[in-house]
Amino acid sequence: MATRLEAPTQRPRDVEGEVLLEGVTRRFGDVVALQDVTLRAAAHEVVAVVGPSGSGKSTLLELVCGLQAPDAGRVVAGRAVLMPQRDLLLPWLDALDNAALPLRLAGRGKAPARDRAHTLLTQLGLDGFERARTWELSGGMRQRVAVARTLLAGAPVLCLDEPFGALDAITRADAQGWLAGVLAREPRTVLLVTHDVEEAVLMADRVVVLSPRPGRIVVDVAVALPRPRSATDPAVAALRARALGALRSAMEGGA
Amino acid sequence: MLAALLVLLLLGGWEAYARLGGIDEFILPAPTQVAQALWDDRGLLWDNLLVTGQEVVLGLALALLAGAALAIALHAYRPLRRAIYPLLVGTQAIPIVTIAPLLAAWFGYGLLPKLVIVALVCFFPIVVTTLDGLAAIDPDQHKLLRTLGASRAQTFRWVEAPAALPAALSGAKIAVAVGGIAAVFAEYAGSENGLGHLLLQSIPQLETARAWAAVVVLAALAVFCFSLLALAERHLAPWAHRRKDLDA
Repeated sequence: MATRLEAPTQRPRDVEGEVLLEGVTRRFGDVVALQDVTLRAAAHEVVAVVGPSGSGKSTLLELVCGLQAPDAGRVVAGRAVLMPQRDLLLPWLDALDNAALPLRLAGRGKAPARDRAHTLLTQLGLDGFERARTWELSGGMRQRVAVARTLLAGAPVLCLDEPFGALDAITRADAQGWLAGVLAREPRTVLLVTHDVEEAVLMADRVVVLSPRPGRIVVDVAVALPRPRSATDPAVAALRARALGALRSAMEGGA
Repeated sequence: MLAALLVLLLLGGWEAYARLGGIDEFILPAPTQVAQALWDDRGLLWDNLLVTGQEVVLGLALALLAGAALAIALHAYRPLRRAIYPLLVGTQAIPIVTIAPLLAAWFGYGLLPKLVIVALVCFFPIVVTTLDGLAAIDPDQHKLLRTLGASRAQTFRWVEAPAALPAALSGAKIAVAVGGIAAVFAEYAGSENGLGHLLLQSIPQLETARAWAAVVVLAALAVFCFSLLALAERHLAPWAHRRKDLDA
Protein backbone atom coordinates (compact mmCIF):
# COMPACT_ATOMS: atom_id res chain seq x y z
CA MET A 1 0.00 0.00 0.00
CA ALA A 2 1.44 3.27 -1.08
CA THR A 3 0.06 4.90 2.03
CA ARG A 4 2.27 2.89 4.30
CA LEU A 5 5.47 3.28 2.37
CA GLU A 6 7.60 5.88 4.03
CA ALA A 7 9.89 8.13 2.01
CA PRO A 8 13.15 6.49 0.89
CA THR A 9 15.78 6.77 3.56
CA GLN A 10 18.36 9.45 2.95
CA ARG A 11 21.68 7.91 2.03
CA PRO A 12 24.93 9.50 1.01
CA ARG A 13 25.17 9.51 -2.77
CA ASP A 14 28.74 10.52 -3.30
CA VAL A 15 29.70 7.12 -4.67
CA GLU A 16 27.46 6.83 -7.75
CA GLY A 17 27.68 3.29 -9.03
CA GLU A 18 29.50 1.90 -6.06
CA VAL A 19 27.71 -0.31 -3.56
CA LEU A 20 28.97 -0.85 -0.06
CA LEU A 21 27.44 -2.90 2.73
CA GLU A 22 29.40 -2.77 5.95
CA GLY A 23 28.64 -5.11 8.84
CA VAL A 24 24.98 -5.13 7.85
CA THR A 25 22.49 -7.01 10.03
CA ARG A 26 18.78 -7.12 9.31
CA ARG A 27 16.24 -8.72 11.62
CA PHE A 28 12.51 -9.34 11.28
CA GLY A 29 11.34 -9.86 14.83
CA ASP A 30 13.34 -12.83 16.12
CA VAL A 31 14.42 -13.90 12.65
CA VAL A 32 17.84 -12.71 11.58
CA ALA A 33 17.72 -12.43 7.80
CA LEU A 34 21.25 -11.10 7.31
CA GLN A 35 24.07 -11.13 9.80
CA ASP A 36 27.19 -9.02 9.63
CA VAL A 37 27.31 -8.88 5.85
CA THR A 38 30.11 -6.87 4.31
CA LEU A 39 30.07 -6.57 0.55
CA ARG A 40 31.54 -4.09 -1.87
CA ALA A 41 30.73 -3.79 -5.54
CA ALA A 42 32.81 -1.42 -7.61
CA ALA A 43 31.16 0.75 -10.25
CA HIS A 44 30.13 -1.32 -13.29
CA GLU A 45 30.89 -4.56 -11.50
CA VAL A 46 28.42 -7.45 -11.79
CA VAL A 47 28.12 -9.29 -8.50
CA ALA A 48 26.01 -12.44 -8.34
CA VAL A 49 24.50 -13.36 -4.98
CA VAL A 50 23.77 -17.06 -4.63
CA GLY A 51 22.20 -18.76 -1.65
CA PRO A 52 19.51 -21.16 -0.49
CA SER A 53 16.00 -19.82 -0.05
CA GLY A 54 15.63 -17.87 3.15
CA SER A 55 19.24 -16.69 3.08
CA GLY A 56 18.18 -13.05 2.85
CA LYS A 57 19.06 -12.51 -0.81
CA SER A 58 16.00 -10.40 -1.53
CA THR A 59 16.45 -8.51 1.73
CA LEU A 60 19.96 -7.64 0.63
CA LEU A 61 18.62 -6.14 -2.60
CA GLU A 62 15.93 -4.19 -0.79
CA LEU A 63 18.55 -2.75 1.54
CA VAL A 64 20.60 -1.59 -1.45
CA CYS A 65 17.48 -0.09 -3.06
CA GLY A 66 16.65 1.77 0.15
CA LEU A 67 13.37 -0.09 0.59
CA GLN A 68 14.58 -1.27 4.00
CA ALA A 69 17.05 0.07 6.52
CA PRO A 70 19.65 -2.13 8.25
CA ASP A 71 19.36 -2.80 12.00
CA ALA A 72 23.12 -2.58 12.30
CA GLY A 73 25.92 -1.58 9.97
CA ARG A 74 25.59 0.73 7.00
CA VAL A 75 24.59 0.63 3.37
CA VAL A 76 26.06 3.09 0.91
CA ALA A 77 24.83 2.97 -2.66
CA GLY A 78 23.90 5.22 -5.52
CA ARG A 79 20.35 5.25 -6.80
CA ALA A 80 19.37 1.63 -7.31
CA VAL A 81 16.40 0.27 -9.17
CA LEU A 82 14.78 -3.08 -8.38
CA MET A 83 13.78 -5.68 -10.93
CA PRO A 84 11.67 -8.34 -9.21
CA GLN A 85 11.44 -11.92 -10.45
CA ARG A 86 7.94 -11.43 -11.80
CA ASP A 87 8.09 -8.86 -14.56
CA LEU A 88 5.17 -6.84 -13.08
CA LEU A 89 4.38 -5.31 -16.45
CA LEU A 90 1.24 -3.18 -16.36
CA PRO A 91 -1.43 -4.87 -18.51
CA TRP A 92 -3.06 -1.53 -19.37
CA LEU A 93 0.12 -0.35 -21.10
CA ASP A 94 1.64 -1.87 -24.25
CA ALA A 95 5.26 -3.06 -24.40
CA LEU A 96 6.58 0.37 -25.40
CA ASP A 97 4.78 2.28 -22.66
CA ASN A 98 5.77 -0.30 -20.04
CA ALA A 99 9.41 0.18 -20.97
CA ALA A 100 8.99 3.96 -21.06
CA LEU A 101 7.31 4.09 -17.63
CA PRO A 102 10.41 5.22 -15.64
CA LEU A 103 10.95 8.09 -18.10
CA ARG A 104 7.32 9.17 -17.77
CA LEU A 105 7.63 8.99 -13.98
CA ALA A 106 10.72 11.18 -14.25
CA GLY A 107 8.58 13.79 -15.98
CA ARG A 108 9.58 13.17 -19.61
CA GLY A 109 7.01 13.83 -22.30
CA LYS A 110 5.27 10.94 -24.04
CA ALA A 111 7.05 11.26 -27.41
CA PRO A 112 10.68 11.50 -26.22
CA ALA A 113 10.07 8.74 -23.64
CA ARG A 114 8.68 6.45 -26.34
CA ASP A 115 11.57 7.29 -28.66
CA ARG A 116 14.15 6.16 -26.14
CA ALA A 117 12.15 3.08 -25.18
CA HIS A 118 11.78 2.19 -28.84
CA THR A 119 15.53 2.35 -29.42
CA LEU A 120 16.22 0.09 -26.46
CA LEU A 121 13.47 -2.41 -27.30
CA THR A 122 14.90 -2.65 -30.82
CA GLN A 123 18.35 -3.38 -29.38
CA LEU A 124 16.74 -6.11 -27.30
CA GLY A 125 15.23 -7.68 -30.40
CA LEU A 126 11.66 -6.57 -29.79
CA ASP A 127 11.36 -4.58 -33.00
CA GLY A 128 7.76 -4.89 -34.21
CA PHE A 129 6.39 -5.75 -30.78
CA GLU A 130 6.29 -2.20 -29.36
CA ARG A 131 2.53 -1.91 -29.56
CA ALA A 132 1.88 -5.48 -28.40
CA ARG A 133 -0.25 -5.96 -25.31
CA THR A 134 1.59 -7.59 -22.43
CA TRP A 135 -0.43 -10.79 -22.72
CA GLU A 136 0.57 -11.14 -26.36
CA LEU A 137 4.25 -11.40 -25.37
CA SER A 138 6.05 -14.62 -24.49
CA GLY A 139 7.75 -15.00 -21.10
CA GLY A 140 11.15 -14.17 -22.58
CA MET A 141 9.79 -11.09 -24.35
CA ARG A 142 8.10 -9.86 -21.20
CA GLN A 143 11.40 -10.17 -19.38
CA ARG A 144 13.11 -8.11 -22.07
CA VAL A 145 10.55 -5.36 -21.63
CA ALA A 146 11.10 -5.51 -17.85
CA VAL A 147 14.87 -5.22 -18.35
CA ALA A 148 14.33 -2.27 -20.72
CA ARG A 149 12.17 -0.63 -18.05
CA THR A 150 14.88 -1.24 -15.44
CA LEU A 151 17.62 0.22 -17.66
CA LEU A 152 15.56 3.28 -18.64
CA ALA A 153 15.24 4.21 -14.98
CA GLY A 154 18.76 5.53 -15.54
CA ALA A 155 19.99 4.38 -12.13
CA PRO A 156 23.69 3.52 -11.79
CA VAL A 157 22.84 0.40 -9.77
CA LEU A 158 20.55 -2.42 -10.90
CA CYS A 159 19.21 -4.95 -8.40
CA LEU A 160 17.98 -7.99 -10.31
CA ASP A 161 16.07 -10.48 -8.17
CA GLU A 162 16.10 -13.83 -10.00
CA PRO A 163 15.28 -12.06 -13.25
CA PHE A 164 15.16 -15.24 -15.33
CA GLY A 165 13.94 -17.65 -12.65
CA ALA A 166 10.57 -18.16 -14.32
CA LEU A 167 11.96 -18.87 -17.80
CA ASP A 168 12.59 -22.26 -19.38
CA ALA A 169 16.21 -23.37 -19.93
CA ILE A 170 16.52 -22.30 -23.59
CA THR A 171 14.85 -18.91 -23.15
CA ARG A 172 16.95 -18.41 -20.06
CA ALA A 173 20.25 -19.02 -21.85
CA ASP A 174 19.05 -16.63 -24.52
CA ALA A 175 18.13 -14.02 -21.90
CA GLN A 176 21.54 -14.30 -20.24
CA GLY A 177 23.07 -13.61 -23.64
CA TRP A 178 21.16 -10.43 -24.40
CA LEU A 179 21.51 -9.11 -20.85
CA ALA A 180 25.29 -9.55 -21.11
CA GLY A 181 25.14 -7.71 -24.43
CA VAL A 182 23.16 -4.81 -22.99
CA LEU A 183 25.51 -4.51 -20.01
CA ALA A 184 28.52 -4.49 -22.33
CA ARG A 185 27.00 -1.52 -24.20
CA GLU A 186 25.65 0.28 -21.14
CA PRO A 187 27.72 -0.77 -18.12
CA ARG A 188 26.02 -0.58 -14.73
CA THR A 189 26.71 -1.91 -11.30
CA VAL A 190 24.60 -5.03 -11.04
CA LEU A 191 23.60 -7.12 -8.05
CA LEU A 192 22.19 -10.31 -9.50
CA VAL A 193 20.36 -12.58 -7.09
CA THR A 194 19.98 -16.09 -8.45
CA HIS A 195 19.64 -19.65 -7.24
CA ASP A 196 21.38 -20.87 -10.38
CA VAL A 197 25.13 -21.14 -9.79
CA GLU A 198 25.80 -21.58 -13.49
CA GLU A 199 23.96 -18.36 -14.31
CA ALA A 200 26.02 -16.62 -11.64
CA VAL A 201 29.31 -17.81 -13.13
CA LEU A 202 28.23 -16.97 -16.69
CA MET A 203 27.06 -13.45 -15.88
CA ALA A 204 29.09 -12.09 -12.99
CA ASP A 205 32.51 -10.68 -12.24
CA ARG A 206 32.18 -12.08 -8.73
CA VAL A 207 30.01 -14.70 -7.13
CA VAL A 208 29.08 -14.29 -3.48
CA VAL A 209 27.60 -17.28 -1.66
CA LEU A 210 25.27 -16.72 1.29
CA SER A 211 24.64 -19.26 4.05
CA PRO A 212 21.14 -20.31 5.13
CA ARG A 213 19.45 -18.07 7.70
CA PRO A 214 20.98 -16.06 9.25
CA GLY A 215 22.53 -15.13 5.92
CA ARG A 216 26.24 -14.44 5.96
CA ILE A 217 28.78 -14.42 3.19
CA VAL A 218 30.59 -17.77 3.17
CA VAL A 219 32.61 -17.33 0.00
CA ASP A 220 33.40 -14.61 -2.51
CA VAL A 221 34.69 -16.00 -5.82
CA ALA A 222 36.17 -13.80 -8.52
CA VAL A 223 35.23 -14.87 -12.06
CA ALA A 224 38.16 -13.57 -14.10
CA LEU A 225 37.06 -15.09 -17.40
CA PRO A 226 36.67 -13.35 -20.76
CA ARG A 227 33.18 -12.77 -22.18
CA PRO A 228 31.16 -14.14 -23.82
CA ARG A 229 31.32 -17.22 -21.64
CA SER A 230 30.05 -20.66 -22.39
CA ALA A 231 28.63 -23.14 -19.92
CA THR A 232 30.73 -25.87 -21.58
CA ASP A 233 34.01 -23.99 -21.03
CA PRO A 234 36.06 -26.06 -18.49
CA ALA A 235 37.04 -22.89 -16.59
CA VAL A 236 33.36 -21.99 -16.17
CA ALA A 237 32.57 -25.54 -15.09
CA ALA A 238 35.39 -25.46 -12.54
CA LEU A 239 34.21 -22.19 -11.00
CA ARG A 240 30.66 -23.47 -11.00
CA ALA A 241 31.79 -26.60 -9.13
CA ARG A 242 33.68 -24.44 -6.62
CA ALA A 243 30.73 -22.15 -5.93
CA LEU A 244 28.38 -25.10 -5.73
CA GLY A 245 30.71 -26.84 -3.28
CA ALA A 246 30.76 -23.73 -1.09
CA LEU A 247 26.97 -23.52 -1.26
CA ARG A 248 26.61 -27.19 -0.31
CA SER A 249 28.97 -27.01 2.65
CA ALA A 250 27.24 -23.79 3.80
CA MET A 251 23.90 -25.56 3.71
CA GLU A 252 25.22 -28.57 5.60
CA GLY A 253 26.93 -26.33 8.11
CA GLY A 254 23.79 -24.28 8.59
CA ALA A 255 21.49 -27.28 8.98
CA MET B 1 -29.71 -24.19 -25.28
CA LEU B 2 -30.57 -25.76 -21.96
CA ALA B 3 -31.46 -22.31 -20.64
CA ALA B 4 -33.88 -21.68 -23.51
CA LEU B 5 -35.46 -25.07 -22.95
CA LEU B 6 -35.87 -24.36 -19.25
CA VAL B 7 -37.50 -20.99 -19.95
CA LEU B 8 -39.86 -22.57 -22.46
CA LEU B 9 -40.77 -25.28 -19.98
CA LEU B 10 -41.46 -22.69 -17.26
CA LEU B 11 -43.55 -20.51 -19.55
CA GLY B 12 -45.43 -23.56 -20.82
CA GLY B 13 -46.18 -24.70 -17.28
CA TRP B 14 -47.29 -21.23 -16.32
CA GLU B 15 -49.49 -20.95 -19.41
CA ALA B 16 -51.11 -24.33 -18.77
CA TYR B 17 -51.66 -23.57 -15.10
CA ALA B 18 -53.19 -20.13 -15.79
CA ARG B 19 -55.40 -21.37 -18.62
CA LEU B 20 -56.47 -24.79 -17.41
CA GLY B 21 -56.33 -24.25 -13.64
CA GLY B 22 -59.27 -21.89 -13.75
CA ILE B 23 -57.15 -19.06 -12.35
CA ASP B 24 -58.66 -15.58 -12.70
CA GLU B 25 -56.58 -13.50 -15.13
CA PHE B 26 -56.66 -10.63 -12.61
CA ILE B 27 -54.78 -12.87 -10.21
CA LEU B 28 -52.38 -14.55 -12.63
CA PRO B 29 -52.42 -13.72 -16.31
CA ALA B 30 -50.99 -16.32 -18.70
CA PRO B 31 -47.71 -15.49 -20.46
CA THR B 32 -49.58 -15.06 -23.75
CA GLN B 33 -51.80 -12.46 -22.08
CA VAL B 34 -48.73 -10.65 -20.78
CA ALA B 35 -47.28 -10.74 -24.31
CA GLN B 36 -50.58 -9.35 -25.61
CA ALA B 37 -50.40 -6.53 -23.05
CA LEU B 38 -46.78 -5.84 -24.07
CA TRP B 39 -47.97 -5.32 -27.63
CA ASP B 40 -51.23 -3.46 -26.89
CA ASP B 41 -49.62 -1.09 -24.38
CA ARG B 42 -46.35 -0.67 -26.25
CA GLY B 43 -46.71 3.12 -26.51
CA LEU B 44 -47.51 3.48 -22.83
CA LEU B 45 -44.75 1.10 -21.79
CA TRP B 46 -42.19 2.81 -24.02
CA ASP B 47 -42.97 6.28 -22.61
CA ASN B 48 -42.66 5.00 -19.06
CA LEU B 49 -39.53 3.02 -19.90
CA LEU B 50 -37.86 6.25 -21.04
CA VAL B 51 -38.65 7.85 -17.68
CA THR B 52 -37.43 4.93 -15.58
CA GLY B 53 -34.47 4.31 -17.88
CA GLN B 54 -33.35 7.88 -17.40
CA GLU B 55 -33.64 7.53 -13.63
CA VAL B 56 -31.61 4.31 -13.59
CA VAL B 57 -28.89 5.50 -15.98
CA LEU B 58 -28.42 8.92 -14.40
CA GLY B 59 -28.68 7.48 -10.88
CA LEU B 60 -26.05 4.89 -11.72
CA ALA B 61 -23.79 7.56 -13.22
CA LEU B 62 -24.18 9.60 -10.06
CA ALA B 63 -23.39 6.51 -7.95
CA LEU B 64 -20.30 5.78 -10.06
CA LEU B 65 -18.98 9.30 -9.63
CA ALA B 66 -19.69 9.52 -5.93
CA GLY B 67 -18.69 5.91 -5.26
CA ALA B 68 -15.36 6.20 -7.07
CA ALA B 69 -14.63 9.53 -5.37
CA LEU B 70 -15.39 8.12 -1.92
CA ALA B 71 -13.39 4.94 -2.61
CA ILE B 72 -10.38 7.05 -3.62
CA ALA B 73 -10.71 9.21 -0.51
CA LEU B 74 -11.01 6.15 1.76
CA HIS B 75 -8.05 4.51 0.03
CA ALA B 76 -5.89 7.60 0.28
CA TYR B 77 -6.62 8.21 3.92
CA ARG B 78 -6.69 5.09 6.05
CA PRO B 79 -8.18 6.56 9.27
CA LEU B 80 -11.09 7.83 7.17
CA ARG B 81 -11.60 4.31 5.89
CA ARG B 82 -11.83 2.91 9.40
CA ALA B 83 -14.22 5.68 10.43
CA ILE B 84 -16.52 5.69 7.40
CA TYR B 85 -16.63 2.05 6.34
CA PRO B 86 -18.86 0.82 9.19
CA LEU B 87 -21.12 3.81 8.61
CA LEU B 88 -21.31 2.93 4.95
CA VAL B 89 -22.32 -0.64 5.71
CA GLY B 90 -24.88 0.74 8.14
CA THR B 91 -26.53 2.85 5.46
CA GLN B 92 -27.28 -0.32 3.53
CA ALA B 93 -29.57 -1.43 6.35
CA ILE B 94 -31.79 1.64 5.89
CA PRO B 95 -35.00 0.43 4.25
CA ILE B 96 -35.20 2.45 1.06
CA VAL B 97 -39.00 2.05 1.10
CA THR B 98 -39.25 4.15 4.25
CA ILE B 99 -36.94 6.95 3.24
CA ALA B 100 -38.24 7.25 -0.32
CA PRO B 101 -41.36 9.22 0.79
CA LEU B 102 -39.13 11.47 2.91
CA LEU B 103 -36.95 12.24 -0.08
CA ALA B 104 -40.07 12.95 -2.12
CA ALA B 105 -41.18 15.36 0.60
CA TRP B 106 -37.79 17.09 0.57
CA PHE B 107 -37.05 17.15 -3.14
CA GLY B 108 -40.51 17.06 -4.70
CA TYR B 109 -41.94 14.75 -7.35
CA GLY B 110 -39.33 15.43 -10.01
CA LEU B 111 -36.25 13.54 -11.16
CA LEU B 112 -33.98 14.47 -8.26
CA PRO B 113 -35.40 12.24 -5.47
CA LYS B 114 -35.36 9.28 -7.90
CA LEU B 115 -31.72 9.89 -8.74
CA VAL B 116 -30.87 10.13 -5.05
CA ILE B 117 -32.60 6.84 -4.25
CA VAL B 118 -31.13 4.94 -7.22
CA ALA B 119 -27.69 6.34 -6.43
CA LEU B 120 -28.08 5.45 -2.75
CA VAL B 121 -28.77 1.82 -3.63
CA CYS B 122 -26.13 1.58 -6.39
CA PHE B 123 -23.46 3.39 -4.43
CA PHE B 124 -22.46 0.65 -2.00
CA PRO B 125 -21.35 -2.17 -4.36
CA ILE B 126 -19.38 0.39 -6.36
CA VAL B 127 -17.52 1.73 -3.32
CA VAL B 128 -16.71 -1.77 -2.05
CA THR B 129 -15.41 -3.17 -5.35
CA THR B 130 -13.48 0.00 -6.23
CA LEU B 131 -11.86 0.09 -2.82
CA ASP B 132 -10.84 -3.56 -3.18
CA GLY B 133 -9.51 -2.84 -6.65
CA LEU B 134 -7.40 0.05 -5.36
CA ALA B 135 -6.02 -2.07 -2.53
CA ALA B 136 -5.30 -5.16 -4.61
CA ILE B 137 -2.00 -3.88 -6.03
CA ASP B 138 0.86 -6.36 -5.75
CA PRO B 139 3.20 -5.27 -2.90
CA ASP B 140 6.16 -5.94 -5.23
CA GLN B 141 4.62 -3.49 -7.69
CA HIS B 142 4.75 -0.82 -4.99
CA LYS B 143 8.40 -1.64 -4.26
CA LEU B 144 9.24 -1.39 -7.94
CA LEU B 145 7.47 1.96 -8.25
CA ARG B 146 9.28 3.27 -5.22
CA THR B 147 12.68 2.43 -6.65
CA LEU B 148 11.55 4.14 -9.87
CA GLY B 149 10.86 7.21 -7.75
CA ALA B 150 7.09 7.33 -8.33
CA SER B 151 5.17 9.86 -6.24
CA ARG B 152 1.86 9.13 -4.56
CA ALA B 153 -0.06 10.84 -7.36
CA GLN B 154 1.95 9.02 -10.04
CA THR B 155 1.30 5.67 -8.38
CA PHE B 156 -2.39 6.47 -8.51
CA ARG B 157 -2.31 7.70 -12.11
CA TRP B 158 -0.25 4.85 -13.57
CA VAL B 159 -1.16 1.87 -11.43
CA GLU B 160 -3.95 2.17 -8.90
CA ALA B 161 -6.56 3.95 -11.02
CA PRO B 162 -6.28 1.63 -14.04
CA ALA B 163 -6.26 -1.39 -11.73
CA ALA B 164 -9.44 -0.21 -10.01
CA LEU B 165 -11.33 0.60 -13.22
CA PRO B 166 -12.57 -2.94 -13.98
CA ALA B 167 -13.45 -3.36 -10.29
CA ALA B 168 -15.57 -0.18 -10.36
CA LEU B 169 -17.34 -1.42 -13.48
CA SER B 170 -17.98 -4.79 -11.82
CA GLY B 171 -19.55 -2.91 -8.92
CA ALA B 172 -21.70 -1.00 -11.39
CA LYS B 173 -22.84 -4.27 -12.96
CA ILE B 174 -23.98 -5.53 -9.57
CA ALA B 175 -25.58 -2.18 -8.85
CA VAL B 176 -27.55 -1.90 -12.08
CA ALA B 177 -29.38 -5.14 -11.32
CA VAL B 178 -30.89 -3.57 -8.21
CA GLY B 179 -31.05 -0.05 -9.65
CA GLY B 180 -34.35 -0.82 -11.39
CA ILE B 181 -35.95 -1.89 -8.12
CA ALA B 182 -34.73 1.31 -6.49
CA ALA B 183 -36.28 3.37 -9.29
CA VAL B 184 -39.61 1.57 -8.81
CA PHE B 185 -39.58 2.29 -5.06
CA ALA B 186 -38.72 5.91 -5.78
CA GLU B 187 -41.67 6.16 -8.17
CA TYR B 188 -43.96 4.48 -5.64
CA ALA B 189 -43.12 7.25 -3.19
CA GLY B 190 -44.43 9.91 -5.51
CA SER B 191 -44.36 10.32 -9.25
CA GLU B 192 -46.54 10.94 -12.27
CA ASN B 193 -44.87 8.50 -14.64
CA GLY B 194 -42.33 5.71 -14.96
CA LEU B 195 -42.67 1.92 -14.90
CA GLY B 196 -43.07 1.91 -11.09
CA HIS B 197 -45.87 4.41 -11.38
CA LEU B 198 -47.47 2.26 -14.08
CA LEU B 199 -47.20 -0.82 -11.84
CA LEU B 200 -48.75 1.06 -8.94
CA GLN B 201 -51.69 2.10 -11.12
CA SER B 202 -52.21 -1.16 -12.99
CA ILE B 203 -52.71 -3.41 -9.98
CA PRO B 204 -55.72 -1.61 -8.40
CA GLN B 205 -57.15 -1.18 -11.91
CA LEU B 206 -57.01 -4.99 -12.24
CA GLU B 207 -54.76 -4.58 -15.28
CA THR B 208 -52.59 -7.41 -14.01
CA ALA B 209 -51.30 -8.36 -17.44
CA ARG B 210 -50.13 -4.77 -17.96
CA ALA B 211 -48.37 -4.84 -14.58
CA TRP B 212 -46.53 -8.00 -15.63
CA ALA B 213 -45.69 -6.41 -18.94
CA ALA B 214 -44.14 -3.51 -17.01
CA VAL B 215 -42.09 -6.02 -15.00
CA VAL B 216 -40.86 -7.65 -18.22
CA VAL B 217 -39.83 -4.23 -19.57
CA LEU B 218 -38.08 -3.46 -16.28
CA ALA B 219 -36.15 -6.73 -16.53
CA ALA B 220 -35.21 -5.94 -20.12
CA LEU B 221 -33.93 -2.55 -18.97
CA ALA B 222 -31.68 -4.19 -16.36
CA VAL B 223 -30.32 -6.68 -18.90
CA PHE B 224 -29.71 -3.86 -21.38
CA CYS B 225 -27.82 -1.70 -18.87
CA PHE B 226 -25.82 -4.72 -17.68
CA SER B 227 -24.79 -5.59 -21.25
CA LEU B 228 -23.82 -1.99 -21.88
CA LEU B 229 -21.55 -2.03 -18.82
CA ALA B 230 -20.04 -5.36 -19.87
CA LEU B 231 -19.34 -3.85 -23.29
CA ALA B 232 -17.77 -0.76 -21.69
CA GLU B 233 -15.59 -3.03 -19.57
CA ARG B 234 -14.33 -4.90 -22.65
CA HIS B 235 -13.37 -1.65 -24.31
CA LEU B 236 -12.03 0.30 -21.36
CA ALA B 237 -10.30 -2.57 -19.58
CA PRO B 238 -9.52 -5.31 -22.10
CA TRP B 239 -6.81 -6.68 -19.81
CA ALA B 240 -9.31 -7.61 -17.10
CA HIS B 241 -11.27 -9.67 -19.57
CA ARG B 242 -8.02 -11.11 -20.87
CA ARG B 243 -6.81 -12.19 -17.45
CA LYS B 244 -10.03 -14.08 -16.86
CA ASP B 245 -9.35 -15.94 -20.10
CA LEU B 246 -5.88 -16.87 -18.95
CA ASP B 247 -7.09 -18.10 -15.58
CA ALA B 248 -9.81 -20.22 -17.10
